[in-house]
Amino acid sequence: MWELIRANKRNSIILMACMAFVLMVLGFVIGAFVTGAPEGGLLGLLIATGVWLILTLISYSSGDQIFLAASKAKLVTHDVHPQLFNIVEEMKIAAALPAMPKVYIINDPAPNAFATGRKPETASVAVTAGLLARLNRDELQGVVAHEISHILNRDILFVTLAGVMLGSIVLLSHIFLRGMFYSSMGSSRRYSSGGKGGGQAQLIMMVIAIVAAILAPIMAYLLYYALSRRREYLADAGAARLTRYPEGLASALEKIANDPAPQLQVANKVTAPMYIANPFKKKGQRKLSNLSSTHPPIAERVKILRNMTHGAAFKDYSNAYAAVTHHKSVVPATALTKEEIALREGQARQGKQQRQKNQMRQVGDIMRKVNQFVFLTCLCGLKLKIPPNFKANKVKCPRCSRLLDIPKK
Amino acid sequence: MWIALGIIGGLILLVIFFVIGVYNALVRLRNQVDNSWSQIDVQLKRRHDLIPNLVETAKGYMTHERGTFEAITKARAQAMGANNVADASKAEGALGEALSKFMLVVENYPDLKANQNFLALQEELTSTENKISFARQSYNDQVLGFNNKIQMFPSNVVAGMFAFTKRDFFEIEDAAQREVPEVSFK
Repeated sequence: MWELIRANKRNSIILMACMAFVLMVLGFVIGAFVTGAPEGGLLGLLIATGVWLILTLISYSSGDQIFLAASKAKLVTHDVHPQLFNIVEEMKIAAALPAMPKVYIINDPAPNAFATGRKPETASVAVTAGLLARLNRDELQGVVAHEISHILNRDILFVTLAGVMLGSIVLLSHIFLRGMFYSSMGSSRRYSSGGKGGGQAQLIMMVIAIVAAILAPIMAYLLYYALSRRREYLADAGAARLTRYPEGLASALEKIANDPAPQLQVANKVTAPMYIANPFKKKGQRKLSNLSSTHPPIAERVKILRNMTHGAAFKDYSNAYAAVTHHKSVVPATALTKEEIALREGQARQGKQQRQKNQMRQVGDIMRKVNQFVFLTCLCGLKLKIPPNFKANKVKCPRCSRLLDIPKK
Repeated sequence: MWIALGIIGGLILLVIFFVIGVYNALVRLRNQVDNSWSQIDVQLKRRHDLIPNLVETAKGYMTHERGTFEAITKARAQAMGANNVADASKAEGALGEALSKFMLVVENYPDLKANQNFLALQEELTSTENKISFARQSYNDQVLGFNNKIQMFPSNVVAGMFAFTKRDFFEIEDAAQREVPEVSFK
């Protein structure tokens, strides 16, 4: 497990260095072009680094809070959803995390989940209400284990930092291209007012700058996505190892993929790698979008997990991966120790239809509880749910017309 | 002369640093083992606390199952009395078995299964069982690492000097738990 974390760290540093290089080249080229002199390149480099530094500081100090707030996630306690809370605690124990992650619920019908935070001590796990409504205990455990693996592998820090760097690159090239577009519309002759030789050099500079501004974000995205896909596989492997029950995560992923609910409201392209399944689902473009996709195809992830028939160790996942994709292993060789981990049986068993109906209702109640609804039970047995902005202090029961007092909070 | 002294002094220093390093690593591993054990302990206590509630709630519905309740109560008392790892793993194994038998019996009482209070308790118990097994998983991993370090050369020399001793694994003693349950179609 530690070998895996170490290998991950090394990969992250390499990727960050690559992206930093792209960012600096971009800054240099843009600066050189705008001022028309190589010294301007240094200024551009400085500005690019400055933008990146500020964004990094912000995201490092409170990125997780910003992200959770932007996702409209609500912090919950054990009383709100005991099962979810218990499962997170189980996985915390299995992964030997130093502290219990904070648990959040997002009021969204699309089933999805993510983990965030700077380090394992201050991590958070968030799941959507749609996920809670559709999955049984084993499946939910698989999803939470996947998220805890992200925390354990330090993926959450990587996504935050790399995401910020990607953001700075995109921002810079965007501003530059916009500026180019408008200035060329206004005064197209501004840059060619110098001598003839200077004009030519300027033109070459401009072409280089535009090409760099167009290519840099694409390269950065591809790098980012390549590593984030790899991390999804690794988190799946980690989830199987923690739960010893790959089928739980496999069937959860299947349910998430086949869900008819609309895509998640609050996700965007940079935050997409944080989720367990790509929040932007488009059907019918699987093979083409492989390079530019944040997540491996779900069907493949499910197939790999279902191929783990011999055990739940990393080497079993690695073998299953090789059998399904015919590629070399995704798991770093140093993590493939000789441990033997047996699989276990699933626990969830219950009538399917009935459970789903109950769960939908429970999730509705959870969201109301989180949003500070008042719950009242009338003498006739009807349960009333009163929104927090209800002003009167009495309410009439719709079934038996009794007048009920609303308790003050 | 001075060179030889310097080399010898350097070697002695190297050995001292090595011993300090190994000693600190051993202490860290031992603390991890202790910490993992306390994790199991917390969950075992939680299970002991849950059982009386569970029995109280179920008693009203399951009037003909005195034997089951007695088995659980007895197993609980034994588990709470255990005071070393070997005893505890045996007694807790028996308690786990008694509880899973109880859960099988519960399947015959649909009213009980619909009781909200019981459902909540059942979720807590399931989760506690899981936490115990996950904590055991991580405890055994830690013990394996610690025992390996103590027995392997050259750290075994340092371990012997400071009297570090091997730790027991937390295993399920009962063979019945490993066996495949019998299914009869009658």
